[in-house]
Amino acid sequence: MWMLGPIGFTAPLLLLGLIALPILWIILRAVPPAPIRRRFPGVALLLGLTDDETQTDRTPWWLLLLRMLAAAAVIVGFAGPVLNPQVEETGSGPLLAVVDATWADAPDWSRRQDRLAALIEEAGRSGRPVALVQLTDLPPGPPEFLSADRWVSRIAGLAPQPWEPDPEAQEAWLAGLGDARFDTVWLSDGLARASRAPLLEALEARGDVRVIEGGRPALGLAPVLYEDGEVKLSGLRAITASEAEVAVSAIGLDPAGTERALAAATLTFEAGAAGAETALALPHELRNRVTRFEIAGHRSAAAVSLTDDSLRRREVALIAGRDDREGLELLSPLHYLEQALAPTAELLHGGLTDILPANPDAIILADVAQLAPAEQAALTEWVEEGGLLVRFAGPRLASSEVSRTELDPLMPVRLREGGRSVGGAMSWGEPRALRPFAEGSPFYGLEVPQEVTVQSQVMAQPDPELGERVIAALADGTPLVTRRGIGAGQVVLFHVTANAEWSTLPLSGLFVQMLERLAVSTRPASPSAEDLAGTTWTADAVLDGFGELQPAETLPGVPGERLASRAFGPDMPPGLYTGGDRRIALNVLAADDVLEPAAWPARIPVEGLAIARETRLAGPVLALALLLLAADLVASLWLSGRLRGGQGGAVALLALALMAPAPPASAQEADEARALLATTEVVLAHVVTGDQSIDRLAQAGLTGLGEALYTRTSVEPAQPMAVNLETDELAFYPFLYWPVTEGQPIPSAEAYSRLNRYLRSGGMILFDTRDGDIGGFGSATPTGRKLQQLAGPLDIPPLEPLPQDHVLTRTFYLLQDFPGRYTSRDVWVEAAPADAEKVEGMPFRNLNDGVTPVVIGGNDWASAWAVDASGMPLYPVGRGFAGERQRELALRFGVNLVMHVLTGNYKSDQVHVPALLDRLGQ
Amino acid sequence: MSQPPAATQSAQAGPQLRTRAEGLASALPPLLAQAEHLASTVLLGSHGRRRSGMGDEFWQYRPIAQGDEAREIDWRRSARSDVHFIRQKEWQAAQSVVIWVDGSRSMGFSGDRNRAAKSDRARLLALALSVLLVRAGERVGLANTGAPPRGGQLQLVRLAEALTGELSEEDYGTPETPGLPAHARAVFLSDFMGDIAGVEAALAKAADRGVRGALFQILDPVEETFPFDGRTIFESMGGTLSHETLKAGELKERYLQRLAERKDRLEHLARVSGWLYDCHHTGDSAQSALLWLYAALERSR
Repeated sequence: MWMLGPIGFTAPLLLLGLIALPILWIILRAVPPAPIRRRFPGVALLLGLTDDETQTDRTPWWLLLLRMLAAAAVIVGFAGPVLNPQVEETGSGPLLAVVDATWADAPDWSRRQDRLAALIEEAGRSGRPVALVQLTDLPPGPPEFLSADRWVSRIAGLAPQPWEPDPEAQEAWLAGLGDARFDTVWLSDGLARASRAPLLEALEARGDVRVIEGGRPALGLAPVLYEDGEVKLSGLRAITASEAEVAVSAIGLDPAGTERALAAATLTFEAGAAGAETALALPHELRNRVTRFEIAGHRSAAAVSLTDDSLRRREVALIAGRDDREGLELLSPLHYLEQALAPTAELLHGGLTDILPANPDAIILADVAQLAPAEQAALTEWVEEGGLLVRFAGPRLASSEVSRTELDPLMPVRLREGGRSVGGAMSWGEPRALRPFAEGSPFYGLEVPQEVTVQSQVMAQPDPELGERVIAALADGTPLVTRRGIGAGQVVLFHVTANAEWSTLPLSGLFVQMLERLAVSTRPASPSAEDLAGTTWTADAVLDGFGELQPAETLPGVPGERLASRAFGPDMPPGLYTGGDRRIALNVLAADDVLEPAAWPARIPVEGLAIARETRLAGPVLALALLLLAADLVASLWLSGRLRGGQGGAVALLALALMAPAPPASAQEADEARALLATTEVVLAHVVTGDQSIDRLAQAGLTGLGEALYTRTSVEPAQPMAVNLETDELAFYPFLYWPVTEGQPIPSAEAYSRLNRYLRSGGMILFDTRDGDIGGFGSATPTGRKLQQLAGPLDIPPLEPLPQDHVLTRTFYLLQDFPGRYTSRDVWVEAAPADAEKVEGMPFRNLNDGVTPVVIGGNDWASAWAVDASGMPLYPVGRGFAGERQRELALRFGVNLVMHVLTGNYKSDQVHVPALLDRLGQ
Repeated sequence: MSQPPAATQSAQAGPQLRTRAEGLASALPPLLAQAEHLASTVLLGSHGRRRSGMGDEFWQYRPIAQGDEAREIDWRRSARSDVHFIRQKEWQAAQSVVIWVDGSRSMGFSGDRNRAAKSDRARLLALALSVLLVRAGERVGLANTGAPPRGGQLQLVRLAEALTGELSEEDYGTPETPGLPAHARAVFLSDFMGDIAGVEAALAKAADRGVRGALFQILDPVEETFPFDGRTIFESMGGTLSHETLKAGELKERYLQRLAERKDRLEHLARVSGWLYDCHHTGDSAQSALLWLYAALERSR
């Protein structure tokens, strides 16, 4: 490759062709443009005239220059110019490309992919075998050194992971390397981590190491906290040099169920600060809707902070059976519950019927025995729809008959009468401690403090189902907490009181933990390992490296301890985990994480991510040459006088059309134009039958009729139109001629509804079976039968043969026969009303309403009307003069028909003129 | 093409002749109708000679004079007075008009695709004039065919037939007036682009026979404006004449000058021989041209 500044040429020898340009200049200059030959009678007057100057028609210099430039562009284009050609790297032997591929790589992953591709292609050009390793997804064995093209296709499939490299896996991989030697290129994500140093050491021992770093600095969002009624957001960054502002949006489902940004906040990083904090005060309802916070425009798993129960505040309704003991706060059945729940839940107080419509998450009934039937029904319904009802026992419940013999619908178990009391002043035995929670209980894993003792409790009846309903028991096995599912919800009964009267449970921390496990309350901060001990969690949705939530498909369940350790990996990616009714969000960054930029030893060369792209210029240069040649063409035409007047405009238009493709004329515009045409003038129309010859005949016939109307009457119809029943609007045409053919398709239902609308709104259809020569109307000719099929769905009134006094006989001409090409007398129109009577002294009956919607006949009128382009009749009618007379009558019938359509029964109204005159005279 | 010539001829003489004839005839009614339509725009009046002579219409009674025959006396009028009166009729003599329509190739020129050729206009005017004249009772003939002038509707059909033929092979036409009746009227319709000598000769010959009439020059607007430029080879319609120029635009002035000279020459010729001259462009309305022609014949009649 031969270089000229930043441009290289793949075929530099071709550039020698540029030497030929001056020769081309001389040749082109010597040849004048070719003459045009014109036929022109006035040449006789030109003979003998000579040109004043003979050399003017040399090609002008600017046109020559244009052509030279075009020729030069062609030569340069074929010489293969390349901008920023990639100059090959030095080095030999295998090359290992190491990519961190963590979430910090994600914001500019595609640039990293490009860089990686460039790197591998470069190695491929110098014939080096290449291996590619993702530190977050290490291959089980040593790296595969393959030819570059095998790797290039795999680059598109690489994706950053939302976790950090695993030091143990990295150690194992290093151990598997053996003593292979290779050079290394390390695409780093720019974050410091402890596992870097041993890897770098091991790689340096095997060959040269280069590091490529850069791109956008890593940004992260720490888990969101809810404190003092505000949502605390805190951001982290690795590079702390300058001041920066980062927009954070809270995203969740709006009431319509679409995901959108519900609120926005700005994190302002001071210069030199690695963290920034801000608080967002959100209304309770809005806060419950937020599913995640994310840094706007930063695609990375760390820039997303999922929210879980810690942000969500449950609504808990507290209802006590007795509130008559004012002043005795510590004895109030709700006091301990309020203390335990107030920091983490919204508490509702009030009557049961007032609370239920607010649909709280949980309802706690402390020592409530009997419910009113209406309350009981409403509460049962609420529980069945997924509510959590927690009941506490107490003296009232113990003394009531609730759930004694029959299982109460809102109790988990039947109760024995009276309950029991142990360790009291009047009883035997010690107060009972709690038995450790069994596996399968929601409380499994909670530490049971020794100081929790129970003095009194209500006893459950030993029923067959009792065993499975017990979720906590005393040391002697008597049930302490029982639970039963009802519909989608559940009822939990603590067999002790909610205050410290019967037990010390409400005084202990266990009480709060138990409420939390029951999802009555939520924990304020991220759970510790012992909080989660013994639980199993399943991933609900997981984050990928780019911070997108993906459905967790077949990920296995994760034990709570593992969850608490936050050691992410392929089996436990960051995301949203559910266990029972609780949800925990595991975000990439923990509250105490710090982002630091990676520090490389001075001996390691660190390159930027940017690559100068190789750009092939041959295409643009050749396109330029084509453009120049096109300009030359237009200029030559103009010079030789072929671009004058209309032609010039045409050529200019053509050139413009070539430049910018004209928008295609839409069908709608065509429809509009047609509607305009049909409505600005009177237009006769015929129905398209699909038979080309019949359609042409109908067109010619209506043209002939139109001409007759034009010359004889004041109706001046425009060119007739063909109407497709399926697609065209009919309302524009006063009159439709419908020649009936055997092969005509039956119109669709929509077309029929359009036709009926047309007939009802005053349109007229002339059906022509064109068989007047072989049979009368209604006889069994093929087209007659077809007509019956076609007209069946039409809304046609009763018909009768055209009566002698029908208005059609006198709308323009006085007619008694209605011949077309045939002279059948059968023409049918709408029947006159039965009560039409002929008044004494009047020539015809009093029939003045409406235009007949159909006229049916078989006289092939169109053939009689049809004329060709020069206005001559197309088809013979009859013989000799009588035939011409018949044609004339046919035309007169057509004129009468159109007049009837356009003027209605005007001529019939003339009947009343004598009467009106008579009355005026009086 | 591969058929022997004899077969071709017999085929032409056979059914093909009829087809061709029908094709020819199909154009006739439109031309005739167009001409009639054009003619109908000219209002016809009475065309009496305003003096006594042979005719049908009553002109005047005059007292008998020496030399009048006795049978000429109108006894009914004479009986009402003492003098004998002779009933005179208005002189109504049919005039012969000979029309020459240039049928050369140069008439086939049209400067625009949407404009009819000069020959179309010439033929239309000729036929429309014929229609008018025939309606006025004159005899009309075409100089091109050489047939004597005749009157009547049938003559119109003959004229229309003669006028719908192909153009001749010549490049420029020369007026030909075989058997021009003495004291007839003549109309020459042409572009007069060819040799002026032929026109002069024909005019002289006509003037000798006492024939008067009109020279009617029909030009295409392009021939008046010469909108050409650049290197051009101009050819006559038949291709016999050609002229090459490097800059057609430079020639415009001189061409227009020559055209004006040609018009002046024609006008001069017309004036000295008692004819009338007018120039008409195919871009203008045919009706004004017909009016002018009709008036010209009226004047010279």
